[in-house]
Amino acid sequence: MSGGVDSSVVAGLLQREGRPIVGLTMQLWNQRRLPELAPEGGVTGRCCSLDDVYDARHVAQHLGIPYYVVNFESGFEEQVVKPFIDDYLSGRTPIPCTLCNNFIKFDQFLDLASGVGAARIATGHYARIGFDEATGRYQMSRGVDHSKDQTYFLFGLKQDQLARTDFPLGSYTKPQVRELARELGLPVAAKPDSQEICFVPNGDYAAFIDAYFRERGIAPEKTQGEIRDTDGRVLGEHSGVHHFTVGQRRGLRIAAGEPLYVIATEPASQRVIVGRHQDLLRATLTAKDMNWISINPPQAPIRAQVKIRNKHLAADATVYPADPTRVEIRFDEPQRAVTPGQAAVLYDGDLVLGGGWIE
Amino acid sequence: MNEVHRYYFDHNATTPVSQSVLEVLVAALLEVPGNASSIHQDGQLAKQKLEAARREVAALLGCEAKDLVFTSGGTEADNLAILGSVLANTTPRKHVVTTAIEHPAVLNPCRELERSGIAVTYVAPTPDGVVDPEDIRRAIRRDTVLVSVMHANNETGVLQPIAEIAALAHQAGALMHSDGVQTAGKISVEVQALGVDLYSISGHKFYATKGIGALYVKPGTKLRPIQFGGKHERERRPGTENVPSAVAMAKAASIARATLPIEPARVQTLRDRLETGILAHVPDTSLNGGHTARTPNTTNICFDGLQGEALVISLDLKGFAVSSGSACSSGAVEPSHVLLAMGLPPERARASLRFSLGHSNNEEQVDALIEAVAQSTAQLRKLSPTYTSA
Repeated sequence: MSGGVDSSVVAGLLQREGRPIVGLTMQLWNQRRLPELAPEGGVTGRCCSLDDVYDARHVAQHLGIPYYVVNFESGFEEQVVKPFIDDYLSGRTPIPCTLCNNFIKFDQFLDLASGVGAARIATGHYARIGFDEATGRYQMSRGVDHSKDQTYFLFGLKQDQLARTDFPLGSYTKPQVRELARELGLPVAAKPDSQEICFVPNGDYAAFIDAYFRERGIAPEKTQGEIRDTDGRVLGEHSGVHHFTVGQRRGLRIAAGEPLYVIATEPASQRVIVGRHQDLLRATLTAKDMNWISINPPQAPIRAQVKIRNKHLAADATVYPADPTRVEIRFDEPQRAVTPGQAAVLYDGDLVLGGGWIE
Repeated sequence: MNEVHRYYFDHNATTPVSQSVLEVLVAALLEVPGNASSIHQDGQLAKQKLEAARREVAALLGCEAKDLVFTSGGTEADNLAILGSVLANTTPRKHVVTTAIEHPAVLNPCRELERSGIAVTYVAPTPDGVVDPEDIRRAIRRDTVLVSVMHANNETGVLQPIAEIAALAHQAGALMHSDGVQTAGKISVEVQALGVDLYSISGHKFYATKGIGALYVKPGTKLRPIQFGGKHERERRPGTENVPSAVAMAKAASIARATLPIEPARVQTLRDRLETGILAHVPDTSLNGGHTARTPNTTNICFDGLQGEALVISLDLKGFAVSSGSACSSGAVEPSHVLLAMGLPPERARASLRFSLGHSNNEEQVDALIEAVAQSTAQLRKLSPTYTSA
């Protein structure tokens, strides 16, 4: 229970079904750390803020269920925050929500829930879980509300995790969930939606990384360097590769005749390579650490629709298995801004076939 | 999850108000409406009740009534003792000695003093959780103004050698404060025999209400108030006196004093039964701070490979209230600074639970708790990535 509308409605729905439930909130990050990042007027509306814990506790009290806050701060810092920072400094664009799902929420948290006697966990994700009798596999599909679908962040879930998980909101739209919140009389029914990266205020990840290094008394690696074009000409200077992500246009501070975009970041040479829109287009990519969800690992090429970032419209492609953990993906039409560190998630309609990390 | 009972094993956090305390509290609320500082008869009645209460609480500590200042609780008593005595000091002395295992009500006033230019030395305990007087002797400087060491630790129950440490403080010309929140009412306390100048207690730790405490101030001890207002409590603690709560604490003190010959021994027998039961029936468990004198009601046990937090939740869902570490502002558990200071690695500090017993507990409850701990531990360890049975 994050204190938001979605997980509160989950608790309300399960309780209405008469299932014995326990409410748990994960304390993942201490919002009083890095105070220079706090917006004026203090910290509100972000994960693990005292206001959100207050709301979650209020909902639990409203429903009359046992409720606890459990501390995963050290695991979250080691397995989500530090890799997030390392990725940016290495020229990749990470997805912390997926790391949190893989290593905290559906791993350590699921184990804690089992340990205290819970047969299953339920979360407020917009996704659906099914079971395919023919293959004996648990399957995952997009939530019926495609605008809220969160399957892109859930591609790492293994069969034994899916077997113990419920996503009760997968068959509702967000407006229906808000309506349910009102119907259930939940005190958070009118609370605004939260932003995407819970521990980074205002989405300013570069400021977060700088503040994190200052807090730990470590000078960030010197990552400033040249901005070059695809022909190797020096166009300017930049203040650190972690300020840039593939496809980015703003913040380059270069006067040019036509719009320039970041094509790649090269941490080794500390260079940011920029180019024109068509330089961003790629027809192929390789994905590693593949996790197959709804189907057995394919032995032959398959057709799929592939999403290369959360807001990407899944594009038709042929997927060629390279070895058991890697695939090569060839898009029918070249795609803009294939970004190392992001995920390639494979769909067949609403069905999530699996996914892996873009190399 | 089908809870059948609530068995309470967290008396070091707080205790339930006893029936006879409740009765005198309600009577005081109904029958003593006056302000103890008013000159009329209603005020005088309140003043009489307040002073009678003060005499009763003083008897628990073996001191004179006039040497006790009522406060809003243990935290205020600790703040008044530490800030009040250091601020009252007009000599060039600028140093305080305390320990790394104190309650935040002592540690944080000390940190506040550090921000205003006072040096503070935090003495670490031995691995048994006891503060070695030799370490205090080494920490004391020529300019030490105050030594503050708790009488018993809240998490391990370990008793500290207060009399010895007080003698060292006095030899160096420093004042001696002790936080007695975990001892008053649990064991016999004689402030004069301890040799302390300042001693804090809290009502709700011995079956009185929350929101009342007291500070013993030895005659002649210079103390500045830390809040400013009227001339209450001999100008040491302003604010309209909380007569009903003082009356409640007095009743609780008188019950504690009357039952000191029997109740601590009864509770200790139960504590020992619990401790030996868990150590015998649950594999890979060990005692924290159990090898030296302790308060009779407290035991702190490490369960290898477990998250104490998960065990607390599991036991709570089975109807048992126990404790692990200290709660941060969200309510999540942080590893105990006391166990860390004793040298436990963070994972062992996280794997430790405190059981603190009291009036309501009996053998049946203790046996049920041992059984529940064994069950919960086995279930949690099956899923623990860090536990492999020896």
